[in-house]
Amino acid sequence: MEKNNFKAWLYLLPAIIFLAVFLVYPLIDVFIYSFEEGYNSASGSSFGTGIYNYRYVLRDPYFLMALKNTLILVLITVPLSTALALVISLGLSSVKKLRELFQTVYFLPYVTNTLAVGLVFMILFQKTEYSNGLINLILGIFGISPIDFINGPYFAKITVLCIYTVWVVLPFKILLLTSALASVKQDYYNAAMIDNTPKWRVFTKITLPMISPTLFYLIITGFIGAFKAYSDAVALFGTDLNAAEMNTVVGYIYDMLYGDGGGYPSYASAAAIILFAIVLTVTVINLLVSRKHVHY
Amino acid sequence: MENNFEKIEKAAKIRRRISKTFIYLMLSLWALAVLFPFYWMILSSIKSYSSYNSEYIPRFYPADPTFLNYKEAFTGVPLADYFLNTLIFTLITTTLMLLVIVPCAFAFSRMNFRGKNLLFTFFLSLMMIPNELVIITNFVTITNLDMRNTFAGLILPSVTSVFYIYLLKENFSQIPDELYLAAKVDGTSDLKYLLKVMLPICRPTVITVTILKVIECWNSYVWPRLITDDKNYFLVSNGIQEIRENGFGRENIPAMMAAVVVISVPLIILFLIFRKKIMEGVARGGTKG
Repeated sequence: MEKNNFKAWLYLLPAIIFLAVFLVYPLIDVFIYSFEEGYNSASGSSFGTGIYNYRYVLRDPYFLMALKNTLILVLITVPLSTALALVISLGLSSVKKLRELFQTVYFLPYVTNTLAVGLVFMILFQKTEYSNGLINLILGIFGISPIDFINGPYFAKITVLCIYTVWVVLPFKILLLTSALASVKQDYYNAAMIDNTPKWRVFTKITLPMISPTLFYLIITGFIGAFKAYSDAVALFGTDLNAAEMNTVVGYIYDMLYGDGGGYPSYASAAAIILFAIVLTVTVINLLVSRKHVHY
Repeated sequence: MENNFEKIEKAAKIRRRISKTFIYLMLSLWALAVLFPFYWMILSSIKSYSSYNSEYIPRFYPADPTFLNYKEAFTGVPLADYFLNTLIFTLITTTLMLLVIVPCAFAFSRMNFRGKNLLFTFFLSLMMIPNELVIITNFVTITNLDMRNTFAGLILPSVTSVFYIYLLKENFSQIPDELYLAAKVDGTSDLKYLLKVMLPICRPTVITVTILKVIECWNSYVWPRLITDDKNYFLVSNGIQEIRENGFGRENIPAMMAAVVVISVPLIILFLIFRKKIMEGVARGGTKG
């Protein structure tokens, strides 16, 4: 085939322009911002370079709170949602009737607006002067006194945030796990059946190894997604997350950029780079672990 | 002997039935957990303001259903404007994206040029760049260009997606060379070949990419929040947040729920129509969660 260099570049040009302006240049620029001290977005000038922005962010109590919340969220929701998705997918793949209906229903949260449905969770958990809210009434049956999950104690708020996050992330995980389970060859199960292999052994020796690539993919993307949590928290607690003690690292970045405490792209950049150093480390650890345990 | 066999058979049958029941119970429980919030938002949206607030123990059915809240949702706050903005934003962004990524994917799959593989590898590596890192500079860029509170500012940074280029390119590459060569013999131009042959063959993928982008646009919150503070340019996500914070007055939850229903319905309908396509597309490489 002849080389039609010029024409090819013409076809590529729009994509290249967009990517260069809104993806490549910003990526380089964010590192520059993070080392510019005292950058002023109004005048566009700074008075030095160094690691002051990083020191500031790491000492900022708001950042530390955001980091703590994010870590709790990651440590609770990733294992919980993955395990729950696995159990549900195993159940789904062992039934035939109503399976498609269940699959459709389970996928619904994926296509809904996180901000909008978050409000429903808020009114379910909220305790107001009119009503204790539905969840508290149910808890009341078990003799638990009403708690305000939205404006109340820290553990209550983080619990709701975890519950909502799991609700939001499960559709994706269930979808991927059910298709992984469906692609395991029936031959293996038939062979196991002839040998009268106990169910638990079939699960650990056949099913789990066969779906392990998907499982690890979900764990890795799950970690990355949970570290970037933000809009779920906004949906439940409103935009002033610092006041609600429910800010996340990504929320901190945006607050630094814009809003009441905003106007500091340097601090925002430093915080963003710290976050991605953490995410990168966790991902690399995940990949190293997966290399040992995943069967391709 | 025979008796024994029957007994074992029977026991196994019972055991199977018990485990099936247990599995269905578990599946139904999760289905309930998923559906309940939707039920609750519809239920709350058709209760009147006074009856909602007088129910200390909320009723599971509306005592006397009313649609006044829906009227309130459209008159009390500019919900229709938020809707229109989101529609404009979604349509233009998705159209622009297709105009940008289709030729790009075509060039990668069909044309020969120097540095093709290198450039494609570079494109793939761009997929790893997290949005949170680049959004900071984009915010400053758009602000400096005086494009805050404009559609251009909302749309431009949301146009490209390397992942969709990749999906399309993979699909384009599956079309056999012979077809292209035959078209060349007939004197068909590249552009005509792309529009008349490739796109029709790859329609399923194009539709999947379009729908995924529409969902993404409809639900986008972070970028619109950063770039707009003028209510006239709010999208539905920002609108609902605005409604929550100072809309109908904090306590008018039924009207708020009516707004939530109105915002959720379009995507749910889209999902029910294109269920198979959406789920396939997401399974092939959507990421969320």
